[in-house]
Amino acid sequence: MAPLVDIANLRVSFPTPRGRVEVVKGISFTLGRERLGIVGESGSGKSMTGRSILKLIRPPGRVTADRMTFDGIDLLAQSERDMRAIRGARISMVMQDPKFSLNPVMTVGEQIAEALVTHKKLPRRQIYERVIAMLEAVRINDPARVAKLYPHEISGGMGQRVMIAMMLIPEPDLLIADEPTSALDVSVQAQVLDIIDDLVRDKGMGLILISHDLSLVSRYCDRILVMNAGTVVEECVASELQNAKHPYTRGLLAAMPTLDESREELPVLDRTQWAGT
Amino acid sequence: MNAITLTDLDVSYGDTKVVHGINLEIAEGESFALVGESGSGKSTVLRAIAGLAPDWEGRISVLGKARTHGIDRQVARHCQMVFQDPYGSLHPRKTIDATLAEPLAIHGLSNRGARVEAMLAAVGLDRRFRFRFPHQLSGGQRQRVAIARALMLEPKVLLLDEPTSALDVSVQAEILNLLKRLRREQGLTYLLVTHNLPVVSFLCDRLAVMRHGRIVEVAGVDQLKAGALTEPYSKELLAASGGHAEILPT
Repeated sequence: MAPLVDIANLRVSFPTPRGRVEVVKGISFTLGRERLGIVGESGSGKSMTGRSILKLIRPPGRVTADRMTFDGIDLLAQSERDMRAIRGARISMVMQDPKFSLNPVMTVGEQIAEALVTHKKLPRRQIYERVIAMLEAVRINDPARVAKLYPHEISGGMGQRVMIAMMLIPEPDLLIADEPTSALDVSVQAQVLDIIDDLVRDKGMGLILISHDLSLVSRYCDRILVMNAGTVVEECVASELQNAKHPYTRGLLAAMPTLDESREELPVLDRTQWAGT
Repeated sequence: MNAITLTDLDVSYGDTKVVHGINLEIAEGESFALVGESGSGKSTVLRAIAGLAPDWEGRISVLGKARTHGIDRQVARHCQMVFQDPYGSLHPRKTIDATLAEPLAIHGLSNRGARVEAMLAAVGLDRRFRFRFPHQLSGGQRQRVAIARALMLEPKVLLLDEPTSALDVSVQAEILNLLKRLRREQGLTYLLVTHNLPVVSFLCDRLAVMRHGRIVEVAGVDQLKAGALTEPYSKELLAASGGHAEILPT
């Protein structure tokens, strides 16, 4: 089967007073209907990779690639109008912070319905039913009441679930989750990821999970790309993460304290060796 | 003598009471953690001790002296706080030198230049950072500055409110090592708020689990390491942060 996403030599650059700076330096990967994790530290280019698949990088930022296809569609050749039909309907993205990503003057129900109506013509009654069913699917109690609330009236964990509902209601083929849980508590994090995981499995979607948390990614993904300074330094199967070879990956793993920590001092990355600038 | 004693502490914001009847004794030289989900009141306890949440009842004493409700210089002298977000907690228009010298000026201490230089060295920052502005520093460097500022008055007690949650793992490791070293060198007492249990395991001796403004359980860090917390809610938290042990590099 042809891969869902096929990317070759993707480069993203931004102009600065000292010339263009490449933040993604020629990365290539393919994705089937599986769960791919992209991990790296701040500034490694992982979010930019996710955004460039949706062509969300605006000028003066520049995206080039030898090949960037999604389900046989050449994304590079798509016009802005064509992209609008793809965004949301075929590929959707969960952002980091529900506080800033939800519209504060629309109720939760209206916002979820909007995501659906934009791409499909349906009778009003059916739309309402789909919204309620979706809120139930992301495990919100009393969905009829929550649908009438505004974003400031719900908690962060609930907001993130609303956002997931909004992204999944048009039934996309690929979900890109950019740090979906870093604004949330540990206890809520697991719930939110379990929901994403269940929905992705049930619907046979592809998932790209972008995060800086190695342990989290290794729990929820099949395959992992480790990025540093705009390049992929290591690619491995999630269960094989502890056998990672690249010194950067090993450094990241070692720097994490564990629940039964007995080391006097945590090993620290020697940044001079791999740091970008 | 206890570093911090809290007796029947209630804290309110306006009409809402967010912390209910906290009793806690933290010995001098101890490193103690408050853990729990957001909204459990753990940061509020810290803010009450630091004087940032003045609407409290009960008794707070720091190093044996009861705290007043107003601005308390004696407490400020011995008990300082480090905040979560190093991008928000440093004044953007003040140089690092000005930021670090300010507590000295307030408390009328002399020899400021030498003290600032010594403190920069203690937190592992090069002296060339002294006259830079916060926006010229990375997140980890800023958090070092925030820790340095808290230590300028040579306090005995440090209140740490999620000091590493805004940082990358590798930078987190640097800051955690720094905090551990400073505690060893200066005999500090830590009261740390976090929701990251592995950090507690690395840095602390004891922990209290909070929920809905109440302490659910107080346990030693050995119990945490062995996974032997007794309360159901503590176990839930432990399970939620599980998986870290699974990928321990061998």
